[in-house]
Amino acid sequence: MIQVNNISKNFGKLQVLNKVNLTCNKGECIAMIGPNGCGKTTLIKSILGMVIPSAGEILYDGKNIAKGFEYRKHIGYMPQIGRYPDNMKIGQIIDMIKEIRNADSLLDEDLLHEFKLKDLFNKQMRTLSGGTTQKVSATLAFLFDPQVLILDEPTAGLDPLASEILKEKIISEKKKGKLILITSHLLSELDELISQIIFMQEGHMKFHKTIEDLKLTTGEEKISKAIATILKNNNA
Amino acid sequence: MRRITKFIILDILKNKIILVYLLILAVLSWSVFSLEDNSTKGLLTLLNVILLTVPLISVIFSTIYIYNSSEFIELLLSQPVQRKKIWRSLFLGLSFSLVFAFLIGAGIPILIFASNSVGWMMLVIGCMITVVFTAIAFLSSILTRDKAKGIGIAIMLWLFFALLFDGLVLFLLFQFADYPIENAMVGITALNPIDLSRILVLLHLDVSAMMGYTGAIFKDFFGSSFGIIAAFSLLLLWIVIPFQISLRRFRKKDL
Repeated sequence: MIQVNNISKNFGKLQVLNKVNLTCNKGECIAMIGPNGCGKTTLIKSILGMVIPSAGEILYDGKNIAKGFEYRKHIGYMPQIGRYPDNMKIGQIIDMIKEIRNADSLLDEDLLHEFKLKDLFNKQMRTLSGGTTQKVSATLAFLFDPQVLILDEPTAGLDPLASEILKEKIISEKKKGKLILITSHLLSELDELISQIIFMQEGHMKFHKTIEDLKLTTGEEKISKAIATILKNNNA
Repeated sequence: MRRITKFIILDILKNKIILVYLLILAVLSWSVFSLEDNSTKGLLTLLNVILLTVPLISVIFSTIYIYNSSEFIELLLSQPVQRKKIWRSLFLGLSFSLVFAFLIGAGIPILIFASNSVGWMMLVIGCMITVVFTAIAFLSSILTRDKAKGIGIAIMLWLFFALLFDGLVLFLLFQFADYPIENAMVGITALNPIDLSRILVLLHLDVSAMMGYTGAIFKDFFGSSFGIIAAFSLLLLWIVIPFQISLRRFRKKDL
């Protein structure tokens, strides 16, 4: 579905992505992990067309994304730090995106109800706490029932209740056969969600494996432990 | 694109600054016309006021607004919207709101007190110069990520076109007074949209005789229908070129 071919990106002298290759297909739930500043967010933003790669190409359903924008119809994106126009209200933001998308498909308002955002519709974005902003971001990402969900640190800043709601939602979307890309630092949270793992370091993709494969090669039961084992072996 | 433009216009109108701008223009124009009993003199005073304030407000308000819309732009970019459409809608929205304020604030009194060809010329020029400086604001805000620097560039450009440029021209005139540089002067004015607008209106006021021999050359060139078309095309270029450069850079920008 999404194919990343040899993309590189540098901001000035800083090489953020270095010849990254990646193929993602329907029904997969992929976790991207790696230390801070390893290029996860840049890779995600490249897929969304917000960052233009210095070299390489990205294909969505076989079509180069540099030549179109329609493919973003099929992507729901939840940013790490959602930035919204300060003086708009939650309700206005949601209505505006609805109008701009002009979506005729049925809207998925599950999260809107479960996060009880309707009660906050008249609150201005600048008065919101980080967690509530994240709730708005999550709602917008799932609202149009997209084929691909890209979630950048989805549970950071959410309270345990909200993050449980979001996890349930991700699992139910995964069952519908959608492609889900998650970045996270909380490895323990990912256990029940993901089917594949990508490990990035300093702009390189270190490995891309299925969970079974990972557990098999390391002999560990938990993902976090498996990763730790690999890191130790790498450093040794 | 229409939908995005609509959101931007509504957002700008909600922001009271544009209404204050409209009121200031209205107060200025009404008082100028009621102070002067001769509408031509009124127009002349108003011309100078407009050519100073309209570019300043247009360039600064637009620059700040573009920087403040960075969140809005980011939000839209993750949606299925074309990049150039976002930038164009922003340009359309800003130009429309500023032109609207000018037409209501200064346009109504001008048409009431001086609804002759000069009055109409002032209206058209006012709208053009608004859009020209909005385009310049787009250019200065795409040049740097730093808001303070961007606003600084915008103010510098305004200062250059509104004040410094005339000084430079005067300096050149004195330095080369012994040479026949009148034709070159016509070319040099094309480099400044404010001067270009001023000359277009002055020529219609028939006060060009006071500008001496250079004035006569101007009259000869800009007074003909070819000259007017040339001047308007130059003003159009002043809109298109800065905006297209900014659009090209915006399409490659990382957000």
